[in-house]
Amino acid sequence: MNGRRLRAHAAAAAVLVIVAAGPLLGAQTPPTGAPYTVFSREGRRPLPARVIGGQEMFALDDLVRLFDLVVREDALAGGLTVTAGTQTIVLTPGQGLASVGGRLISLPAAPMREGRTWFVPVDFVNRALGPALGTRLELRKPSRLLLVGEIRVPRVAGSVESLGALVRLRLDVSPATPHVVSQDGSRLLVRFEADSLDAILPASTSPDVIRAVRPGEDASIVVDLGPRFSSFRASDAPADRGAGRIVIDVMAETTPAPPTPEPAVDPPPLLDLTPAGGLRTVVIDAGHGGEEEGARGPDGTLEKDVTLGVARRLKGALESRLGMRVILTRDSDQTVGLDERAAVANNNKADLFISLHANASVRPSATGAEVFYLSLADYGDQGERAARGESERLPVFGGGARDIEVILWEMAQARYIEESAVFAQLVETALRARVPMSPRAIQQAPFRVLVGANMPAVLVEMGFITNPDQERQLASDTFQTSFVQALVDGIVRYRDARSGAPAGSAASASARPGGPGGRPPR
Amino acid sequence: MRRPVVLAAIALLVAAGAWMLVTGLLRWSGQPVAEAPPETPAPAPAPAAGERRIKATLYFISEDGMSLVGTQRDVPFGESVLEQARHIVEAQIGPAPEPLASAVPPGTTLRDVFLTDRGDAFVDLSAEARTGHTGGALDELFTVYAIVDALTVNLPAITRVQILVDGREVDTLAGHVDLRHPLQKNLEWVRTDKDEP
Repeated sequence: MNGRRLRAHAAAAAVLVIVAAGPLLGAQTPPTGAPYTVFSREGRRPLPARVIGGQEMFALDDLVRLFDLVVREDALAGGLTVTAGTQTIVLTPGQGLASVGGRLISLPAAPMREGRTWFVPVDFVNRALGPALGTRLELRKPSRLLLVGEIRVPRVAGSVESLGALVRLRLDVSPATPHVVSQDGSRLLVRFEADSLDAILPASTSPDVIRAVRPGEDASIVVDLGPRFSSFRASDAPADRGAGRIVIDVMAETTPAPPTPEPAVDPPPLLDLTPAGGLRTVVIDAGHGGEEEGARGPDGTLEKDVTLGVARRLKGALESRLGMRVILTRDSDQTVGLDERAAVANNNKADLFISLHANASVRPSATGAEVFYLSLADYGDQGERAARGESERLPVFGGGARDIEVILWEMAQARYIEESAVFAQLVETALRARVPMSPRAIQQAPFRVLVGANMPAVLVEMGFITNPDQERQLASDTFQTSFVQALVDGIVRYRDARSGAPAGSAASASARPGGPGGRPPR
Repeated sequence: MRRPVVLAAIALLVAAGAWMLVTGLLRWSGQPVAEAPPETPAPAPAPAAGERRIKATLYFISEDGMSLVGTQRDVPFGESVLEQARHIVEAQIGPAPEPLASAVPPGTTLRDVFLTDRGDAFVDLSAEARTGHTGGALDELFTVYAIVDALTVNLPAITRVQILVDGREVDTLAGHVDLRHPLQKNLEWVRTDKDEP
């Protein structure tokens, strides 16, 4: 919430400086066709982009040269096979899908051909090519950057605020990056341990204390000090989603400096009255129940009790703060079948399905929360067909034949994998800001309770109940409250991303799926 | 447009199946043999079958509990794919080498293994596979994929595996992983870095 407001604010009042290249960060930029800058250990190279049919595309030939690919056109099937390293990507004209080493990923548009040249949507790079090459390929559309490999280009968004005798410069750095703040005569230097910066820096509102904030050499930011400068104090505060915040308080002369308040981190608003943005009904599934106890902690805490406790709190929070309609698959200690749980969501036409669980391991040390969404690969052909929404030509009564969709109801989730992935990613980032995460924070699995859900659906493992510390946490009010707050944050971000909320607020959320950290694994 | 794709895919599958059958037989018998369908046992002379052993990759839970680890183990040689599959599952559900932990609940026994012509294996486990489970989703994934991967990795003639309990199809072992269908090899849960014990 905080970062978002700040970013919108910064975008409005900022002198724009993007060190690497490019226009405004923050707005949901429409396809521009402006070239990207490919930034790798080897240096920078331009990569032209074109807008075809409202979609930004790269010429496949350009990617072949950049990443040493081999492209084969299959005349018989009309497909394109791209060999990247040891992996093969199969593209089919007319389909916004690619198969990466047998795994299906979706693309915003089908590959297109102009003359002898094939064009692929720019997202092909981070969604298909990155996983195939096993390299991080991060596409930053707003700043027209394509980061290759372990290159560190943190985003920096700044703001300047006058607070009486002191002027506060805030730099939000995403992801959090080690840095040093030092004074060098009449300037302050903020040096980052990075290869470059992708920064939007603010104009100063108090030029007699801070004259300007500008990019310095390499990955640094220079703060030019004004005549009234007397001293400064720098501190770090963790911000949302693995980001960091640097707060530099610059004290002005003549007025005795007041005690510096702690860097304020606004509490989340208690009431969010923005319209529900198409998210009306949420079904929350408290895992296990009744005879089916689920996992059990060393002190006897039962998974089924923890999940019900959190489900009830989450229902309360979503109803009172977001005005959503919330239905629980069980509201007491009762046995509910796995099919019934998805059926509750389907019958209520829910817009989201969230299944809550607590994990267990043979290793008592295992710890942390995890977010799962469905994997189709494990279902073989059936899953892939369902994902493609393929129809089959079947004879019909009375003669003739008709294309009939033959997706089993049981595989309803297949159509929502991509949206579920987005939602899972947003939930994962929201959780990361508040609770400990497992090293496997986001994953895909063939989970029975998800496969029949006819809407975006995730399963959240809140922590390991078999870990004595986590068992205590899971049963505690404090942890459950933080957990619920994180889930609410995730749901709000998903709602904003989905409703194409105003530029400032949507950008942070909608930039995520292809953004830092790349695609969720697998 | 779709028909040729389907035909090409079928042709490819048949070719791949034949190839896997051959390489699979070669691998488990440890010597070149003529192609033979699973139901016809390989003509290996086999001394006392109990004494011959082969190397197979089996999967156990890592020390941090966050992944499976593949490790080479000796298992008895089997005269046919079916017999070899039984030996592999028996070794897989048995004790784990230190410091790894077994992904299969203690006390679980193998009731039987069935094979179809299509390369589907049905592994029938005793009730302990459910009743003795920790109940964790991750552990459940490990139990399922330790068995699925042990068979599909070591015996390429087996392409999919379905787990049964007490002779019946089950929804899940512990409430999460969908076991109503045969599952394919999935090494997602196996740690790949140089961490063999």
